[in-house]
Amino acid sequence: MSDTADRVKKIVVEHLGVEADKVTEDASFIDDLGADSLDIVELVMAFEEEFGVEIPDDAAEKISTVSDAIKYIEENKG
Amino acid sequence: MRRVVVTGLGLVTPLGGDVETSWANILAGKSGAGPITKFDASDQKCRIACEVKPADHEYGFDANKRVDHKVQRQVDPFIVFGIDAAGQAIEDAGLLDMSEEEKVMAGCSIGSGIGGLPGIESESLVLDRKGPGRVSPHFVHGRLINLISGQVSIKYGLKGPNHAVVTACSTGAHSIGDAARMIKDGDADVMLAGGAESTICPIGIAGFAQARALSTAFNDEPTKASRPYDQARDGFVMGEGAGVVVLEEYEHAKARGAKIYCEVIGYGLSGDAYHVTAPHPEGDGAFRSMAMALRKAGVEPKDIDYINAHGTSTPLGDELELGAVRRLFGDAIDSVSMSSTKSAIGHLLGGAGAVESIFCILALRDQIVPPTLNLDNPSESCQGVDLVPHKAKKREVRAVLNNSFGFGGTNASLVMRKLD
Repeated sequence: MSDTADRVKKIVVEHLGVEADKVTEDASFIDDLGADSLDIVELVMAFEEEFGVEIPDDAAEKISTVSDAIKYIEENKG
Repeated sequence: MRRVVVTGLGLVTPLGGDVETSWANILAGKSGAGPITKFDASDQKCRIACEVKPADHEYGFDANKRVDHKVQRQVDPFIVFGIDAAGQAIEDAGLLDMSEEEKVMAGCSIGSGIGGLPGIESESLVLDRKGPGRVSPHFVHGRLINLISGQVSIKYGLKGPNHAVVTACSTGAHSIGDAARMIKDGDADVMLAGGAESTICPIGIAGFAQARALSTAFNDEPTKASRPYDQARDGFVMGEGAGVVVLEEYEHAKARGAKIYCEVIGYGLSGDAYHVTAPHPEGDGAFRSMAMALRKAGVEPKDIDYINAHGTSTPLGDELELGAVRRLFGDAIDSVSMSSTKSAIGHLLGGAGAVESIFCILALRDQIVPPTLNLDNPSESCQGVDLVPHKAKKREVRAVLNNSFGFGGTNASLVMRKLD
């Protein structure tokens, strides 16, 4: 597992209060991890802080699974 | 006429994360005061408070028992305390399994005096240091005062009136009084009612200290600082926590065989129309609030055995309240016991009236009145009244009066009595 994936999963566990083994790469934030739309806004902010990336609103709207987040960060981080 | 009884209790205080622990420590004469640990208070004039203790403390509070991890992260501590106290109360009342029909007639009236001040402070710093794009999306609904009632109604499916009082330090008492009226009026059969507060943060302590409301002379002896009626008193000690009761229409409670603690028989309210922070010099508003509560209850002063005073340990307020009680009670002052439990847990602001009403209810249950700590040398005008110094006292308790007064000159009084 990549370093990015580890760090993303750690943030998701902390923010959503879910068990680490539930945070698989294909898990959907809303359908599988109990998040609502505001939780995703907060997660995106945490990813921006952690990885020093900008995630604009239109890109954030397309992030619905853990792997979507990892992929976006891998492609855009400095 | 619909009657209102109390069938469940919940407490989070600086002396316990539940009702029985808090009450046992109050009766044992313990103090919840200590140096402020939540932040570095070394540059503050007041460096002490009555903090709710962490879960690993002998009488700590474990937020994980009833509040989801995610909610804990998103909301201010006053909401966490309120959700937990409400949960305790509804469990105690045995109302976790209400039918859909019952839930429509069950509501919430849980307020706060100030609301999410620590979160407003910390997110303002985020805004200043990192910009608007870093402000939490949960900022607003994690700080709003009515979000205890909101969260509790969602958690327990309560679809009746959803209300939240904001009357500074009278909030808890007004919340219970207003909710009792909703039941009397037929708006609900069950109401979770109470108040919560948690403002032990740099701006909260600094703000009250600048208003000259806090004790600053006992930073090295925190447990001695809250000393209502004592000559050396110099201001209140900030507390935090929550108190919530389950109010229920009497026939509803009787029909399901509920344990009934007492009946809420009187509620009085008034305004001082005098000054934003100073109490009326003759205690006029306090007098009228108590008089209304007794009149509504249909009882005489001689029927009241215990008064849980507002008694914050401020130089002005304590004696003015006592003076108003003397005027109202006349000769009956000789048979009443009056104490301030703020001497033990500090001033819970918007939570105070609810927490102290619960101590009144427990005094009725156990026929014992809690003490006023640190009352070594009562002020001259406070002499000749049983202020229950230092030690709890066993005595007959038939009916109780609880007083709460707040900034803005807002006053609330509640009368409760044992059911015949």
